[in-house]
Amino acid sequence: MEWVNTIVQGVLTGGLYAMFAAGLSLIFGVMRLVNIAHGDFIVLAAYLALVVTETTGLDPLVSLIVVVPMMAAIGYVLQRGLLNLTLGDDLLPPLLVTFGLSVIIQNALLLKFTADSRRLQAGALEVASWDLGQGVSIGLLPLLQFVAAVVVIGALQALFYRTAFGRAFRATSDDPAVAQLMGLDNRHVFALAMALSLAVVAIAGVLLAVRANFDPSIGPARLIFGFEAVIIGGLGNLWGTLAGGIVLGVAQATGAKLDPGWQLLAGHLAFLLVLAVKPEGLFPRIRG
Amino acid sequence: MSATAVQVRFADLRSEISLAAFATLVVALAFAPWWGGRDDLRLLGDIFAHVALASLWNLLAGYAGLVSVGQQAFVGLGGYMLFALTILADVPPLWAIPLAGLVGAIASIPVAALVFRLRGHYFAIGTWVVAEVFRLLASQVSALGGGSGTSLPASVVTAIAETRAMREFVVYWIALALAVAIIALILLLLRSRYGLALTAIRDNELAARSNGVDVIRVKLVIYVFTACGTAMVGALIFLQKLRISPDAAFSVNDWTAFVIFITVIGGIGRIEGPIIGTIVFFALRQTLADQGPVYLLMLGAVAIVVMLKAPKGIWGVIVDKLDWQIFPLQRRVVLPPAQNPTRSSP
Repeated sequence: MEWVNTIVQGVLTGGLYAMFAAGLSLIFGVMRLVNIAHGDFIVLAAYLALVVTETTGLDPLVSLIVVVPMMAAIGYVLQRGLLNLTLGDDLLPPLLVTFGLSVIIQNALLLKFTADSRRLQAGALEVASWDLGQGVSIGLLPLLQFVAAVVVIGALQALFYRTAFGRAFRATSDDPAVAQLMGLDNRHVFALAMALSLAVVAIAGVLLAVRANFDPSIGPARLIFGFEAVIIGGLGNLWGTLAGGIVLGVAQATGAKLDPGWQLLAGHLAFLLVLAVKPEGLFPRIRG
Repeated sequence: MSATAVQVRFADLRSEISLAAFATLVVALAFAPWWGGRDDLRLLGDIFAHVALASLWNLLAGYAGLVSVGQQAFVGLGGYMLFALTILADVPPLWAIPLAGLVGAIASIPVAALVFRLRGHYFAIGTWVVAEVFRLLASQVSALGGGSGTSLPASVVTAIAETRAMREFVVYWIALALAVAIIALILLLLRSRYGLALTAIRDNELAARSNGVDVIRVKLVIYVFTACGTAMVGALIFLQKLRISPDAAFSVNDWTAFVIFITVIGGIGRIEGPIIGTIVFFALRQTLADQGPVYLLMLGAVAIVVMLKAPKGIWGVIVDKLDWQIFPLQRRVVLPPAQNPTRSSP
């Protein structure tokens, strides 16, 4: 039963990874941009929540009311003011500029908050858990993360396929020139996509920060987890991304169970294995 | 017009003069132990390592279009091979550098088999994941200190040379020789058939393929060559530092982000770019080093501004204004009857 518990914990962690991945997948889908600073934005959201909770005394989860719109606004402005300038056939400009942003965010956070690791205090929520007997227990917080991931991905899916917003995103993704001819302002559509991406990042960042310690340097590893979940699940498939996150979470939990030093290694090896045998991912896009 | 009637030349008078000036500079630098202090030698050694790393990344991304953000995999591998070969296999430290290059080249083949399945941005992050795997594997090797790393033992250090001054000279000369050799090899490579193939791929991959260029093979050759060079530079860097740890050896910021910034600031897709970029990087570092993270913040900002305002970099601007190359790569077709050199491209 110990193994069942390991797998359950891995699945729940996978929800968080899927949320890291969803924002990444969204902007790649809409504008073929890979945001190297994605993980650093997750950390930035965590620090924003830290400042909000410390100055207002709000509960971390309630602070989302402030942090989500702030991150969305940062995303919109960043895309309009900077990242739109980098889009084109050449992949180097967006890569270099987001790499630059990554270094800037890391060092700005280091200047402001030092390298000490921090954590959001969520009170009783942190330790609450259900004991299902036989060594299996489900923490309320990990469960909340997982449910949040399912809700976020479901909402994104509905937004993409059932709203005018989503139609604009898909149209721009399929052919930006024709979308523009049809009266869409691509610069605005891209900025909205980045705002949405960073709103998801805000939720992921706060949920990460109540569960684990964070410091300015942990961003790049979160980017890699998100990226691995996207590729394992298959490009362009949001539910596949959730499955990818779960595969990664379970692989890491299994590795950690065998030897604490193997946690991350097992996750990376699972990713490389999928890349070797099924490079298009486990659930490649079947529609849209 | 028969094939023998046309000659292709690279050099013109100006490039011959500037090459001669560069050669003079290299000779002057080779005598640095006689005119420079210990700190000068250390700084110059660091500069040579960065010039070499940036030149190799420039070849990979600027010429072959393989935008990797995982070159720290080979820097770290090279560094760890130096420590493994000297500590565990008693290989003389100076021999460990070429052997590290060989191991880097061999290791890069299976890595390429995996990451070449990914396109564009996903290739970039895929190479980063491989570097993370290397880092985690290195931290599992308890004979080399595991996660906290290890120092080069005194017996290995004295095997470089008996006195400390002589050791510093030797390591300095290796750094200079490696940087010059890497630039020279890249120059020769770009002047060969591979250089033509790379130019064709850069301009239009589909057209290159339909003209018979084996795109995958050319890219693989460049990837393996770069991995070999990067691993040798990695061995050199940790011979300079005498201490290694997984986090230092496989640092994405030190060995990839800053190297990319250097290349872009100096001018990507030009041999001279990485040299100019390294000078800017060290000028920033020497003036702002006391400010801690501020200089890294500045470096990121400068790289972004250069990318957006002058994507060809500092050297690109100079070339556009003066039409001048230190290392001539432009092919000039010489027609025998008129003896008039005309340029193959504007």
